[in-house]
Amino acid sequence: MSSTAPTSPQPSPAPERGGAPAALSDVTASDSTLRRFLHGLPGVDAVGLEARAASLGTRSIKTTAKAYAIDLAISMVDLTTLEGADTPGKVRALGAKAVRPDPSDRTAPATAAVCVYPDMVATAKEAVAGSTVKVASVATAFPAGRASLAVKLADVREAVAAGADEIDMVIDRGAFLAGNYRKVFDEITAVKEACGASARLKVIFETGELSTYDNIRRASWLGMLAGADFIKTSTGKVAVNATPANTLLMLEAVRDFRAQTGVQVGVKPAGGIRTTKDAIKFLVLVNETVGEDWLDNHWFRFGASSLLNDLLMQRQKLATGRYSGPDYVTVD
Amino acid sequence: MSEKTDKNVQAGKAATADTAGGTEQRRLSVFKTYKLYVGGKFPRSESGRVFEVTDSGGNWLANAPLSSRKDARDAVVAARKAFGGWAGATAYNRGQVLYRVAEMLEGRREQFASEVADAEGLSQAQAAAQVDAAVDRWVWYAGWTDKIAQIVGGGNPVAGPFFNLSSPEPTGVVAVLAPQESSFLGLVSVLAPVIATGNTAVVVASEKAPLPALSLGEVLATSDVPGGVVNILSGRTAEIAAPLAAHQDVNAIDLAGADEALAKELEIAAADNLKRVLRPQPVDNWAATPGADRMTAFLETKTVWHPTGSLGASGSAY
Amino acid sequence: MTKKNKKNKAADASTAVAGGAAAAATVRAAPARSSAFEYAPAPESRAVVDIAPSYGLFIDGEFTEAADGRVFKTVSPATEEVLSEIAQAGEADVDRAVKAAGKAFASWSALPGAERAKYLFRIARIIQERSRELAVLETLDNGKPIKETRDADLPLVAAHFFYYAGWADKLEHAGYGTSPRPLGVAGQVIPWNFPLLMLAWKIAPALATGNTVVLKPAETTPLSALFFADVCRQAGLPRGVVNILPGYGDAGAALVAHPDVNKVAFTGSTAVGKQIARTVAGTRKKVTLELGGKGANIVFDDAPIDQAVEGIVNGIFFNQGQVCCAGSRLLVQESIHDELLDSLKRRLSTLRLGDPLDKNTDIGAINSAEQLARITSLVEQGEAEGAERWSAPCELPENGYWFAPTLFTGVTQAHTVARDEIFGPVLSVLTFRTPDEAVAKANNTPYGLSAGIWTEKGSRILAVANKLRAGVVWSNTFNKFDPTSPFGGYKESGFGREGGRHGLEAYLDV
Repeated sequence: MSSTAPTSPQPSPAPERGGAPAALSDVTASDSTLRRFLHGLPGVDAVGLEARAASLGTRSIKTTAKAYAIDLAISMVDLTTLEGADTPGKVRALGAKAVRPDPSDRTAPATAAVCVYPDMVATAKEAVAGSTVKVASVATAFPAGRASLAVKLADVREAVAAGADEIDMVIDRGAFLAGNYRKVFDEITAVKEACGASARLKVIFETGELSTYDNIRRASWLGMLAGADFIKTSTGKVAVNATPANTLLMLEAVRDFRAQTGVQVGVKPAGGIRTTKDAIKFLVLVNETVGEDWLDNHWFRFGASSLLNDLLMQRQKLATGRYSGPDYVTVD
Repeated sequence: MSEKTDKNVQAGKAATADTAGGTEQRRLSVFKTYKLYVGGKFPRSESGRVFEVTDSGGNWLANAPLSSRKDARDAVVAARKAFGGWAGATAYNRGQVLYRVAEMLEGRREQFASEVADAEGLSQAQAAAQVDAAVDRWVWYAGWTDKIAQIVGGGNPVAGPFFNLSSPEPTGVVAVLAPQESSFLGLVSVLAPVIATGNTAVVVASEKAPLPALSLGEVLATSDVPGGVVNILSGRTAEIAAPLAAHQDVNAIDLAGADEALAKELEIAAADNLKRVLRPQPVDNWAATPGADRMTAFLETKTVWHPTGSLGASGSAY
Repeated sequence: MTKKNKKNKAADASTAVAGGAAAAATVRAAPARSSAFEYAPAPESRAVVDIAPSYGLFIDGEFTEAADGRVFKTVSPATEEVLSEIAQAGEADVDRAVKAAGKAFASWSALPGAERAKYLFRIARIIQERSRELAVLETLDNGKPIKETRDADLPLVAAHFFYYAGWADKLEHAGYGTSPRPLGVAGQVIPWNFPLLMLAWKIAPALATGNTVVLKPAETTPLSALFFADVCRQAGLPRGVVNILPGYGDAGAALVAHPDVNKVAFTGSTAVGKQIARTVAGTRKKVTLELGGKGANIVFDDAPIDQAVEGIVNGIFFNQGQVCCAGSRLLVQESIHDELLDSLKRRLSTLRLGDPLDKNTDIGAINSAEQLARITSLVEQGEAEGAERWSAPCELPENGYWFAPTLFTGVTQAHTVARDEIFGPVLSVLTFRTPDEAVAKANNTPYGLSAGIWTEKGSRILAVANKLRAGVVWSNTFNKFDPTSPFGGYKESGFGREGGRHGLEAYLDV
């Protein structure tokens, strides 16, 4: 069955500077209008949402569809290292892996990006130079986000200046949970401005800390209103990160946002996605919730590290008919 | 007592025993015109017809309204109109109203004992025992109104993140064919359980002994029972029951007062809109403590599901 | 293949779909979607089930031919392939089965409850063990997607036996007196929409309470009941306790009318239910009827919209809408009508119709040509009466019985499609303005089986649920079933409850 979305405007670029699209500009006019709007969004029934996500998780993706999905998933990976122990050597190795994930098979696609701390951006840029792989940098006092706006903006500017193509910022969850939506909004618009024209902005909600699905929906709209190019579940640093349910909810948000404003926003589940089976479940969510407009690494990413090797092993299995093993993929 | 005495006079029985001294001019009593009880009012039959009611010895007692199909229809309309309010009343409130019926009846024990004695050919003592049992029966059901839901309903432990609760609800308008033999205790025993749970009733009184039933209407009218909750018809059971059994706006029928042949005929008619049918069952002793069966026969079970789920998304994982 | 780029692979995938389906002689899955991510066929293996070319009646523990030797064929509604030839029960067979059940009753009812319980636990476990086999079988014979038989029907079947098994030795605690007694022989007639699940709903409580059973499955779906007979044999169930009589309406009528049947349980159409009520009039037979419905699914403007859309879809397209408690009337608050309909149509466009054995199929086949004709005729009537029809854009397979998910807008209470049970994947959309009006419209039907309420306001759920004249009310969910949860209708949707403690009453002499 073909998609017959009632309104499927051509995706248009998000405003270059932060701020709401024209269609919803009145929403962000004041703290109270913003609050009214966010609290007026339809509620989320947790059981129904999780049941839908689980139901899509039973899709059986085989043979050609699986091959397609694996390559698509590889191309969507933001290959990530965010450790205190990161070194230039580690980041260079990661870059090499992103550019050529499977040294034994040049047909394996490159990943979408590598994701590093701001001080590693320059190293990462060198490592992926000449390839399609982007460099994403977490910023804004990642992962807690507990710093002044000035510090956060300095963090962003440094990463952008070092050549980051993408900035993964964290929102101020404390402000959000305190109901101070305008503060969160203003920070995002400020960061968006700091990204300039060159860097795309991913806004991390840390869904595990927002706790409720209603909050995740509100945060999604808040982020999109403020000019996010991507909305992203988590830092990977807390107990619960990306789940099919919270990702499904965010996909519904970007779908509805585009229907209302014409602006397409990407989605990035991050943390906890480790197996091909998991990744394919997420791709099914994308396919059946927002459709093929998002089946592209410009609009959907996986924030992951160990996922890539499992994808590669599954890819080898499909190609050779034999199950692969960890010795046949690189450890970086 | 004087009323009974007058009736006895009317019926040609010796009256001298009751007249003081026998020399004074005996006061001529006022007869009661027995009327139907429909929608809280006391209409005559729209047919304008009556039939003679006699005591067990064949002596005339009164003329009772001979209800027509249209009376039956009017009674159903009244019962339907009253259903929402009565079913929606709190169980506590219904209990108080039923208890009020017992209170009102208690004050008129002698009148009813006398009517029952005439109707069933019982001694005064036997009849009084029947009336006392009937009063107690109202009290018994008055106490049931806010307990039946806890007995037959409850939470169901479904295997999923749902709160699931079953509750009894009244089925709606119930046609009640009162027992033919037990004109009052039998009547109360089949009527009270129907309305205790929030149904409304169209009662067809015992054909040969309708007077206690018609008098009960007077008690109900002064007992805070909303008009239309109980509607009482007298007449030929088979004639009135047929349109009730076939009526599409009647939800259930109690065939207590139907013989085997009539019960079968009515059950067939009742199938047209799938009425709940309580078949006639032999009752040896109406005074025996009833169980809950006469209530549950006219209850529906409604089960409501609602998701519960976790407190927050952070507890979920895949 | 790995050398091709992404686009080529996508093309590859769609070719494989067409090619694979052409090669398989089963169902041509025919998705019209043009997504880059097209799912390759993922058929569940048929090899797990071994269907014999013919089956007999199951009477007194033996498979036997019909007395008059009649047989009928059962086909797969997805392909019209003949699956097997089945002995067709007639009046003489009904008599034989009832006598066998009557004979078995004495010893079965005399067994200690704990022993009866163990037989039922055995049955529950064997069903769990054979669950994939039975799921595939059910899908073949019924046409419903394997996703449903695997994830809904079979788990519920096993759960139902497990639940009632536990009651068998606790009946004196069930609230039906201190020594509740069974009735005798239960004559049970079940429909084709959930063949094995309806069997479980009927047989589990009957056996737990000490009755014996003669069950007639529907003529289009006799196979799972016959496989259940084999489950009974594996469980060592005494002869005659369960008897299975495949056949048509005449066999059902004979069973209901048989003088030695003490209890009648029927699930099916309201018309047949009324006939049964007339048949048993004037007898001592206890009856429960679970009949048709025209469930209202009420969506308020403050509903959790995305979940409501899923609930609407689940409410009317689960099992192709061939569900007595389907939410076939959508009552949507007028203020969100357009928005909700847009979402609903978008969602329906993603439904995957096709081979029921494919694990990704959402919508399977209609159970029979006869049912398809009824759906088609009612839909034509809806169009003729001026309701606006919209069907999901999907290609229907050439063979078999199929109907695209369909909805009608601009429907009023006066339209046939708002009043008659269609029993197919057809949703009628009506609007309301206030909660009062929603309740009035929801209750404005002779049926009263199910209803749905969608709102985030808790007090409104309780208030509306309280006013709805329906036996099952799902709030912020739909089509949920559980063995502990009583199920059954108000008004012309029948009487009696199945499931839970309430379900015992129908099989006890109380």
